[in-house]
Amino acid sequence: MTTGRPDVLEPGAVETARGWVPVCDYAALTPERGACVLVGPHQVALFRTFDGRVRAIGQLDPFSGAYVLSRGIVGSRGDRATVASPMHKQVFDLETGACLDDPRVRVPVYDARVRDGRVEVRVP
Amino acid sequence: MRRNLVVVGHGPAAHRLTELLVERGAGWAITVLGEEPRPAYDRVALTSYLTGTGADELTYPVPEGVELLLGDPVTEIGRAARTVTTRGGRTLPYDALVLATGSSPFVPPVPGAEHAFVYRTLDDLDAIRAASAGARTGVVVGGGLLGLEAADALRSLGLETHIVEVAPWLMPRQVDEGGGAVLRRHVEGLGLTVHTGVPLAAVEPGRVTLADGTAIDAGVVVFSAGVRPRDELARAAGLDVGERGGIVVDAGMRTSDPAIYAIGECALAGGTVYGLVAPCFAMAEVAADRLCGGTAEFAGADLSTRLKLLGVDVAQFGAASGPLDVTFMDPVGGVYKRLFVSDDAQTLLGGILVGDAGPYSALRPFVGRPLAGTPTELLFGGTAALGGDLPDDAQVCSCNNVTAGRVREAIAGEGLTDVPGIKACTRAGATCGSCVPMLKRLLASSGVALGKAMCEHFDHSRAELFDIIRVRGIRTFSELISAHGRGRGCDVCKPAVASILASLGAGHILDGEQAALQDTNDHFLANIQRNGTYSIVPRIPGGEITPEKLIVIGEVARDFGLYTKITGGQRIDLFGARVEQLPVIWKRLVDAGFESGHAYGKALRTVKSCVGSTWCRYGVQDSVGLAIALELRYRGLRAPHKLKSAVSGCARECAEARGKDFGIIATEGGWNLYVGGNGGFQPRHADLLAADLRMDELIRAIDRFLMFYIRTADRLQRTSAWLESLDGGLGYLREVIIDDSLGIGADLDAAMERHVGSYQDEWAATLADPDKLRRFVSFVNAPGTPDPTIAFETERDQIKPVLITEIGARGGLEVTRA
Ligand SMILES: Cc1cc2nc3c(=O)[nH]c(=O)nc-3n(C[C@H](O)[C@H](O)[C@H](O)COP(=O)(O)OP(=O)(O)OC[C@H]3O[C@@H](n4cnc5c(N)ncnc54)[C@H](O)[C@@H]3O)c2cc1C
Repeated sequence: MTTGRPDVLEPGAVETARGWVPVCDYAALTPERGACVLVGPHQVALFRTFDGRVRAIGQLDPFSGAYVLSRGIVGSRGDRATVASPMHKQVFDLETGACLDDPRVRVPVYDARVRDGRVEVRVP
Repeated sequence: MRRNLVVVGHGPAAHRLTELLVERGAGWAITVLGEEPRPAYDRVALTSYLTGTGADELTYPVPEGVELLLGDPVTEIGRAARTVTTRGGRTLPYDALVLATGSSPFVPPVPGAEHAFVYRTLDDLDAIRAASAGARTGVVVGGGLLGLEAADALRSLGLETHIVEVAPWLMPRQVDEGGGAVLRRHVEGLGLTVHTGVPLAAVEPGRVTLADGTAIDAGVVVFSAGVRPRDELARAAGLDVGERGGIVVDAGMRTSDPAIYAIGECALAGGTVYGLVAPCFAMAEVAADRLCGGTAEFAGADLSTRLKLLGVDVAQFGAASGPLDVTFMDPVGGVYKRLFVSDDAQTLLGGILVGDAGPYSALRPFVGRPLAGTPTELLFGGTAALGGDLPDDAQVCSCNNVTAGRVREAIAGEGLTDVPGIKACTRAGATCGSCVPMLKRLLASSGVALGKAMCEHFDHSRAELFDIIRVRGIRTFSELISAHGRGRGCDVCKPAVASILASLGAGHILDGEQAALQDTNDHFLANIQRNGTYSIVPRIPGGEITPEKLIVIGEVARDFGLYTKITGGQRIDLFGARVEQLPVIWKRLVDAGFESGHAYGKALRTVKSCVGSTWCRYGVQDSVGLAIALELRYRGLRAPHKLKSAVSGCARECAEARGKDFGIIATEGGWNLYVGGNGGFQPRHADLLAADLRMDELIRAIDRFLMFYIRTADRLQRTSAWLESLDGGLGYLREVIIDDSLGIGADLDAAMERHVGSYQDEWAATLADPDKLRRFVSFVNAPGTPDPTIAFETERDQIKPVLITEIGARGGLEVTRA
């Protein structure tokens, strides 16, 4: 038996033009912590950062292969807002998705915004 | 053709010689003939054998290619034929012979001396240990350095101990009368009885008598009244020996026969027999160089000593007298310090320190050099008064003869950044460790920043942050980082601060802002596993569990399809739970009377136990009962790293307590407490902190040990590494915990009482709080939906994760099986 979900494995390969999807109440997000939402087949990690903004990246931790990035610790490195993978602590830039510990690796970044107390994300 | 080198005796000197020769690849075929049945061991650390250090740990590694013939002493040297003959009848030819036969303890010629023990070899200690088992009292004859060490050993074996010294005060060779008086008060304060100024008259079974008629009960008598060089072989072979013993050698360590060398305690070099290991090593170095064709010379050695005996710091360096001196004596505080200076008060000649040897490592290298401050400043300012300006040729480590210049060179040349690096590269600090503070200062003055900053957000070490938070009463991370740090924190400082707040009793770890600081394990009160699922470990105190509770665990595991495994800590781990299942599973467990096992936290894990005296026919105490009591007392205690413990009900140690952060072993008279043990990557046997404690004494010692560790350790520093890094090591720890030398005992006790009083089960509290439960979903917008990527297959009738592994260099993803 395998996981058998190729669409989940390569989010960038799915060509859709969905618009903004409301996912949860802004108040449901803990300050400086992450949470995960399901948008179609995509698992999106949302983070409410110190400046009140919501940022969204892929939930897949490319190093461990587990869908866990929303459960990492949020913080900063220099002036970049970051999350550290809860598995092996690699740090990702929440703005660009770049792994700050391994320049070969990058996770997808999604658009996120708050409308009327609701968080919306847009997955391409 | 390889020439034959024969070495007689396998002690530290012989070991160092062979090690150097092998290192230099000198082309000798080396054979060592030893009298003791085992290879050379660290005799300096002999006493630790009684407190549990294994013989293997003391034994030096035998250099490759060296042939050892042990348990067969040499009885004759045939100089004409160049052979040696052993008691067992072996005859070996040599091209060069090295005598490294050491010394033997001096046995005073008194009636009944045959009833006494000596204190020199592992076999001697085995005999003393065996005799102590049936005894109540002990007498050590000799109040010198080794005598005090032997007395401490008898005391630790549970004997009421007396010391008999013929000189008017203790340690007459190292300290003067004033120092001796302070020392005596310390020793008596520990419950030992001291008799000075009287010689021993006779030993009888069960007692000794002194020349003044005093009779002392003595189940065990140990002679430690000096040593005599073992020069008997040399004497019989017609080599020159000194009038008062010792094989005469020249500066190249050669005896009166140019084919024969003598090194170590058996040698008489420059008219002196040296009874300390450092000069023995120096002689081995000279002989090794000569055997390789070099011209090294032994220039005499520094007899400075610093030691900690019976918890008292004693140090002596340089000259033991001088034209001028400055003396400080505090009989109440038990401190005596005296410095000797030249008549113009410009040059340091030597000194004696009792009770506080702090200034030793800084002062010793300055012997014979201009004073860097007034004598008073030096006695009290300690190292600070001297700055980093140690001359290059000043000896920093006297055990291994390493100069400040050599250390600086190593720091610069090898890019060393820490003390372990210096130890490995130069051997400085690797023997007695008293120069470690000096090495740190050399690192600092060489521009190496001893990185204490926790991360980019704080310049402080964990211990400093702990104090800031404690003293200023800080309750949140935001408050701390805005006043004392920068940026927004990270996965290093946030959990560390969360742990400090928890140690200081800031309530539930998921309360308010604290929740956001926690690692995923603490955040979900479970342990994350490689596929993003979690494992669950209910507390099973002491490993004792009823059949009913076992059945509940089995039912829960079956109902939720969890993989089960018995842990090394005598509990059961349930694997494969998704976040949204955690509260449901825990509801079942809490209802059945289970509570969190804190397997997810840097906190107390388990207190393992053997089966103890209730069932075991060997047990002497109830180890299970104690383990349960300790686990319940310290459950939930957050620390710099996880804490493990165990209790063994007798000396067979079935619970493996000495591999734990704190381990307890039952004795006939109470409990022995061991600390700083570790299994894992760098195993370490725990050290005996205190022996034969009553229950209340034991609990207090553990309370203080844990709280002191929690306050002062670095982030993620296990107790073993913490103990290794403490300046003053185990002796210092014992002073702080048992003697309350810092005066913080009551404070530590109170902190632990607060912890015990405010304990709550984290899982029960979480289940009762809807706000805390909100986080237990895979998807906030689809709370009932499990993570679809989590999948299992079956192995040995249980589940096993199917993994998507590593992003390779190719950047693609693959589905693989674990
Ligand atoms: C309890 C204790 C504590 C000590 N603490 C300190 C300390 O804190 N600091 C310090 O500097 N020093 C200390 N010392 C002293 C230190 O141990 C010695 O200086 C050191 O061991 C000398 O080494 P060595 O190799 O010359 O002799 P030894 O260690 O005596 O070794 C000589 C070996 O040769 C063997 N031998 C003798 N004759 C023959 C023969 N004919 N054939 C074959 N083998 C033979 C002996 O059995 C022995 O094994 C302590 C010693 C003791 C006993």
